[in-house]
Amino acid sequence: MEKFDVIVVGAGLAGLAAAYTLAQEGLEVLVLEKGDYPGAKNVTGGRLYVNPVRDLFPELWAKAPLERPIVHEEVAVFARERSLTVSYTGDELRQEPYQSYSILRAKFDRWFAGQAEKKGAMLITKSRVDELIMENGRVIGVRTGGDELGADVIIAADGVLSLTAEQAGLRRPGDPHHYAVGFKEVIELERGVIEDRFNLTGDEGAARLFMGEVTRGKFGGGFLYTNRESLSLGIVVGIKDLYEAEPAVQAPQLLDDFKQRPEIARLIQGGQTVEYSAHVIPEGGLKSFARLYGDGILVAGDAAGFSMNIGVSVRGMEYALASGYYAAQAVLKARENSDFSAAGLKVYQDLLDASFVMKDFQSFQDAPQALENPRFFQYYPELAGNIMKDLYAVPAGPKDKLYPTIKKYLGFGNLWAMFGDLRKVMKI
Amino acid sequence: MSEIMGLKAKLGLDVFKPDARPHISIKPGMERDPRLKRAVLVCPAGLYSLNAAGEVEFTIDGCLECGTCRLACGTEVLEWSYPVGGFGVQFRFG
Repeated sequence: MEKFDVIVVGAGLAGLAAAYTLAQEGLEVLVLEKGDYPGAKNVTGGRLYVNPVRDLFPELWAKAPLERPIVHEEVAVFARERSLTVSYTGDELRQEPYQSYSILRAKFDRWFAGQAEKKGAMLITKSRVDELIMENGRVIGVRTGGDELGADVIIAADGVLSLTAEQAGLRRPGDPHHYAVGFKEVIELERGVIEDRFNLTGDEGAARLFMGEVTRGKFGGGFLYTNRESLSLGIVVGIKDLYEAEPAVQAPQLLDDFKQRPEIARLIQGGQTVEYSAHVIPEGGLKSFARLYGDGILVAGDAAGFSMNIGVSVRGMEYALASGYYAAQAVLKARENSDFSAAGLKVYQDLLDASFVMKDFQSFQDAPQALENPRFFQYYPELAGNIMKDLYAVPAGPKDKLYPTIKKYLGFGNLWAMFGDLRKVMKI
Repeated sequence: MSEIMGLKAKLGLDVFKPDARPHISIKPGMERDPRLKRAVLVCPAGLYSLNAAGEVEFTIDGCLECGTCRLACGTEVLEWSYPVGGFGVQFRFG
C-alpha cells in the first residue's frame, strides 16, 4: 500500500487549507477530490469574511480570485405584499483591507488547489474515497476506485455529510433539525448594469439578506450577492421546517416566487441564469458537531459542522479554512511525538478551542434556538409591513395621529410576546 | 404535485456527467414510507414526485448532490452515496 504522511479527503476550503499548510512544512500530502476539478462539487451563498483567516495564510489573499469586496449591506423584511429594508454602508467597509468578499467556489477552489500544489501538495481529481481502511479500530488509509492508499493521518474534509467521518464513527447521519438547504442561481449581468443597479463604484460589491415571506414563514431567508459579472441569488431554509411547517411548498417554488417579487425582479431583469446549484448547510452549532478527532483521523470544515447563522451573518468558509489550518498544525504536533492516536491528535481540539472558531461557537451557542422562533419569519415581517403601510398612507379623508396608528398593532398581549422574543434574542 | 415551471430548463444549464448506476435509490419496499414523502418538498431539483398510487418516484437526472434527501428521509429509506469520481454534477460557478 502506497503511503503518504497525510491524505486529505475533499478539495474544499478545509481540505485545501490543511494541504496548503502541511505541504508548506514539507510533508507529503495527497488530496483526493471526487469532482473533475476542485470546486466542481462545492457551493456557497456566497461571501467570505477574510479578517479571521487573513494571518493564517499571509501569502494567499493578494492574488486570490475573489469577486467583489462587500461595501453595502442590506437586510430586508418581506411581508406578503410589501417590504422594509435597512441599508448600511460606511467608510470602514469601503477601505482596505476589506472585511468580506463575494466568492464563486469553482473559481476560488481551483485556484487555491493550484497554490497548494505549488507548495508541494499532490492532488488527484475524479477520485472518490469509497471507504476508510481500518485496522484495530484505527484509521490507516483509504480505498478509492480499487486503490489502497495509506497515511499517518486522514483529514476528513469531505463536506457536510462527511461519509468518511460517519464511517469512522465520529458522527451520525444527522438530525434534519440541525441542517438547512441552500439553493441558488448564478445570474449573469453586465458589469456596468450591476454597478448601476446596486449603486456600486467600480469593483465594489453589495450583499443583501431577506427574511419573511421569502420562505413562507419557515426558518431561513433569501440572499443576494453581487459578483464581478453575475449575481448569486438564492434561498436557505431549514430542512425540517421545509417538510413539516405549513404551508407545504416545494423548495424550487420558493426561489421562483422570490425572483418574481417586484423588489427582486427589477434587480435581475435582463440577466441570464447560467447555473443552478444547491447544498446542505450545517446550522446546529455546538450541539451538532462531529467528534473532531479519532485514531488516525481529524474532521474539518462542514464535515465537523462548522457553520453558523446569527441572523445578520451566515458564516462557514472562514471556519473551514481555519479548521483546516489547525488540523495541519495538529498533525505537525502529533509528528513531533510520533503519536497519531486520538490522544496524540487531541491537540486539534485544543488549538480550535483557543482560536476564534470555538470561541465564536461558544459565544453564539444560543443563536440556533433563539432564531428558530417562527414569529421572526412571519408575524414580525407582516407586522412591520402593516405599520409602515399605515404610517405612510395618506387617505382621502383625515389621517389618524401617528402614535395611535402604531399603538393599535401593539396591544398588551403583543408587547408581552415581543418582550419574551427579545429576551431570547438578547442571548445571541 | 405540479411540475415547477422552468426547473428542467434550469437544471439543463448545469454540467452533468451521468454515472452508469444511480448513486441514490429508494430502498425496495420503502416507496410508501411517510419519511420518503418529505423528499418531494425538500429536493431543490424536484426529483421526487408522488404518483397516483401514493408511491414516491425518483429520478436521478439533475441531482445536485446537495444531501438534503439523505438528511430529510434518512438512510433507512434511501440508499445514498456520491457518484463515482469524475461523475455527477460539475459546478462551473458554485
